[in-house]
Amino acid sequence: MAAVTTERPVSRPLQGLESGRRRYREKIIVGSLFLCAALSIVLTVGIVLALLIPSLEFFGQVSPVEFFTGTEWAPLFKNSQFGVLPLLGGTLVVTLIAAAICLPLGLLAAIYLSEYAARRTRSFVKPILEILAGIPTVVYGFFALTFITPLLRENWLFGTPPGVFNALSAGLVMGIMILPTVASISEDAMYAVPQSLRAGAAALGATKYEISTRVVVPAGLSGIIAAFVLGISRAVGETMIVLIAAGGMPNLTFNPVEAMQTMTAFIGAAGLGDQATGSIGYKTIFAVGISLFVMTLIMNIISIRLVRKYREVYD
Amino acid sequence: MSTLRTQKDASTTPPVSLTSRRGWWHRTRDGAFRGAVTGSVLVGLAVLVALIVQSLVEGWPKLNWNLITSFPSSFPEKAGIQSAIFGTFWMVGIVLVVAIPIGVGAAIYMEQFADTEAWYNRFIDVIIQNLAAVPSIVYGILGLAFLARGFLNLGPVVLTAGLTLSFLVLPVVIIASREALRAVPSSILDGALALGATRWQGVSRQVLPAAIPGIATGSILAVSRAIGEAAPLLLLGALQFITFNPTGLNSSFTALPIQIFNWVSRPNVGFHVAAAAAIIVLLCITLLMNAVAIWLRNRFQQTW
Repeated sequence: MAAVTTERPVSRPLQGLESGRRRYREKIIVGSLFLCAALSIVLTVGIVLALLIPSLEFFGQVSPVEFFTGTEWAPLFKNSQFGVLPLLGGTLVVTLIAAAICLPLGLLAAIYLSEYAARRTRSFVKPILEILAGIPTVVYGFFALTFITPLLRENWLFGTPPGVFNALSAGLVMGIMILPTVASISEDAMYAVPQSLRAGAAALGATKYEISTRVVVPAGLSGIIAAFVLGISRAVGETMIVLIAAGGMPNLTFNPVEAMQTMTAFIGAAGLGDQATGSIGYKTIFAVGISLFVMTLIMNIISIRLVRKYREVYD
Repeated sequence: MSTLRTQKDASTTPPVSLTSRRGWWHRTRDGAFRGAVTGSVLVGLAVLVALIVQSLVEGWPKLNWNLITSFPSSFPEKAGIQSAIFGTFWMVGIVLVVAIPIGVGAAIYMEQFADTEAWYNRFIDVIIQNLAAVPSIVYGILGLAFLARGFLNLGPVVLTAGLTLSFLVLPVVIIASREALRAVPSSILDGALALGATRWQGVSRQVLPAAIPGIATGSILAVSRAIGEAAPLLLLGALQFITFNPTGLNSSFTALPIQIFNWVSRPNVGFHVAAAAAIIVLLCITLLMNAVAIWLRNRFQQTW
């Protein structure tokens, strides 16, 4: 610094061009910033390795055919069974219930925010809705167990009422938890639809309902599907709600009032059991984990692609 | 109307028609749809209210100073959350030191220095978006395989949990910071460059300060998420009976969501009251942080 000023006392030099030391320092800074960004690659490789190595060992001991087609899951018992289908089925049931709540409600809420709400209403409704996304999942689990489940059990109209632990209440609460995610991304997509399309439809005499459902929703469709896919991916990956409210019993059934265990809930429960490192019980965590990871990864990639698509169309 | 329709195509409604000529059906349909979209938002808000009221009603008997100053106990009436609160503070500290600087650094690189056409930068871009959507329990598996067991074998201690949560919120910090940096118009940097500043000088002294409110909002939301996260900590083996505050990075710990899960999963209903009371404390912390983040965003939002 001092050397630079004594050499050129008249005016401050064009620093980027002239000062070698400065440029050197700048290179170090940019290099370390790049390392920060590259950490995301390290993390991804870390996740893949963490999942893959124990999973390969697991599949050395248990045949993949047994794992993916077996209908009984009891890995921690003496007479161990490694059929993952009950966990997959549990995940599917809870996810379907959550999707049945969050997809229609999320889309309608997005239409409300984007097309119907007055500017002032929107400015406080949207943040309040976003609070739903900020509530810790363990709180949702408690809510499902102590509020929704008793509510369902007391007012059940179709035969056998739900048990204390059931997939239905976990799925319903999970749907509400994911609602703001679906609404927010769908609304972004609708917001990107040019105003001129709405004005054109209105000029042709379309009502607000027609503008919303036949112009805005079709035009923002790729973003809306992206929101749906991401919402489903979040439902598949959610742990605490199912761990608390859906019970801990692997159960191959499609009856939502029964207790079931999802893939995530198994991983969480196995973690609680403090498995000895290297034991088959320990490795099942990773085998189920990699199945979960691959499922969500595929959905996330689809979702990211779709978002990119609608950005390209209107940006 | 009806003649128009039959002339064109009986199966589809004509796109062209005037509102004034429409009958009760169209008005009813519009009204019903307006009701449906408003109703869907109301459902979300109603659940939010029900959730808060339910926690308050259940937890009210135990919501007193003793809850905060006591340690966990096998008797629900004596149980408290002091060690859980301190554990949570320690983890927030680690997230602040690890995830925020690295996340902001990565965002600065991606927005201000990276050649967006280069394949490796586009690759990093996709990777970050993917990391943001990886289920939280998978981060628990990462922490389990490399930090708690395996490579470092640290066990379920403060450092393991803090680092795992830092990894979990890192993509959130990066994405929020990138958006904040992108909102600063490039003319600001161009001006600095034209006056002879180097790129780093322009970014660090002009662009970054302008983006601070946005970065702060994103960081607060990320920390609030870390505070509420339980699943990865469970997997690390953090569900323990801890009656002392953490003394260092290598200390065993418990955290608020872990303590709540512990109490919720007990059959003794007395512990459900304790869980509800702890939930009120947790909600106060996370909702307050959310409110601050939203306030920051609205207060300092700049239009250029």
